Amino acid sequence: MPEAPALPRPPGSTRLRSLLSLAVVASLLVIAFRQTNFNLEALFTGTADFFRFFGRLVPDWSALPQIWAPLLQTIQIAYVATILGSLLALPLIFLASSNTTTDPVTMWVFRTLLTVLRSIPDLLWAALFVAVLGLGGLPGVVALTLFSAGVLAKLGSETVEAIDPGPLEALRAAGAGRNRTIIFAVVPQVAATMVSYILYVFEINVRASVVIGLVGAGGIGQLLLRYMNFFDYTGVAALIAVIFAVVLIIDGFSVWARSKLI
Amino acid sequence: MGRAVGAIPDRPFSCSVMFVVTHIHFKDVEVVYKTGLKALKGVSLEIPRGQFVVVVGLSGAGKSTLIRTVNNLVVPSKGNVNVDGVDITPARGGALRKARSDIGMIFQTFNLVKRSSVLRNVLSGRLGDLPAWRGVLGAFPKADVAFAHECLARVGIPEKAFVRADALSGGQQQRVGIARALAQKPSVMLADEPVASLDPPTSHSVMKDLKRIAREDGITTMVNLHFIDMARDYADRIIGMRDGLIVFDGTPEEASDSVFEDIYGRPLEQKDLRGA
Repeated sequence: MPEAPALPRPPGSTRLRSLLSLAVVASLLVIAFRQTNFNLEALFTGTADFFRFFGRLVPDWSALPQIWAPLLQTIQIAYVATILGSLLALPLIFLASSNTTTDPVTMWVFRTLLTVLRSIPDLLWAALFVAVLGLGGLPGVVALTLFSAGVLAKLGSETVEAIDPGPLEALRAAGAGRNRTIIFAVVPQVAATMVSYILYVFEINVRASVVIGLVGAGGIGQLLLRYMNFFDYTGVAALIAVIFAVVLIIDGFSVWARSKLI
Repeated sequence: MGRAVGAIPDRPFSCSVMFVVTHIHFKDVEVVYKTGLKALKGVSLEIPRGQFVVVVGLSGAGKSTLIRTVNNLVVPSKGNVNVDGVDITPARGGALRKARSDIGMIFQTFNLVKRSSVLRNVLSGRLGDLPAWRGVLGAFPKADVAFAHECLARVGIPEKAFVRADALSGGQQQRVGIARALAQKPSVMLADEPVASLDPPTSHSVMKDLKRIAREDGITTMVNLHFIDMARDYADRIIGMRDGLIVFDGTPEEASDSVFEDIYGRPLEQKDLRGA
């Protein structure tokens, strides 16, 4: 190895670059303020209306019997979508990871597919499938399945690419094929992390399945929309309280379960 | 200086067990990596069946590249490597997997799946010979499971079968690595710096195990080492490499300090010895 001729020089003026970045962020913020009519005055004068509105949000608990069935459907939409999404993500993960894919072209094709999948927001997927499949839980399940598969495949392939390559080399040297190498050398290394991601995606799906109901994709969101349209604010309040409690419980469970995993 | 390269004569008649049979045959092997680095610059070498060969040289001399051409983990840019008379260099797919299943390999960092049990790590050595569906489902035949336990017993840790691999000491992990390779029922064993991550006493016991098993099973073995004393202690034959070329080929007795100084291109230092 030849000796380096001189000590490495520090990279070019970092301070100037930070100042420049700051200037760019600030000017974009000013432009965005103008474009969005962001206005502190309106925010303060609106406060009174805000409190008046919240004053009317007294939960009417008699709405509860109406709430349970769609609430259960919301959770079921999230549950089914998480599991179907995980199954769909499984082959995508290994095809999109540089260390487990079959060839560079396949990897590029599946990576592009994943980018497209994730670039479409879940609400848009839901609206799309409501248009195709009609109102109800089914379009919700399909929309969140695609969304979950996109997220899990992306997180999964990043996890797979970060594994210790040693066991891969060892199994390749032993004459194990690609699938057998994945099952024996990759899966044990990523399984715990993946289950943790799946629980996290379930959390996201529970919240998302409330929102997609607003475009008619089943569950409690659809009921929420009905209450809002009828100005039934006490019903809305009861519904929000229930959603709040359920999301809190599921998040708590998920956090606890994930802490047990790693 | 050692003898000329290719000291062992070509076999006069093919397929005759009466003569020394070449097991691994390197023919003018060159390796150029994508980075442009020339790791091997034309290596020819014949290794007879059952020989325990130690390859020595500084890091970067081409030792790892050389042994990886035997199981095609590194594909030669020029030349080829025959194992048991079969050219492994152009082999791909199923033919390559079949050839590899006959070649065991152990590594400096053991390369175990740390979160899996010791037994599952050893069983993974059987994957190359298994029908695909059995491999994918992990449905090993009873005989394979029994054989995996037997391999663990041979390296002296039969009681560790159901322990997670990362719960073992370094020496024990390397023994699992050896057991995994033995589970392949190999005729060739490759070892890439197998004791570099171990302390001196453990290094010696691992090398003793490796040598004993190679003798018992008649396994042709290539071990990369950079410790002079260990090379002399265990080798039937020492190959010295420098800068992608073989610069010494001889017996441990012939490998004097001055020979090693020539291989290393510098005076010997304390770190060149493992010690006892």
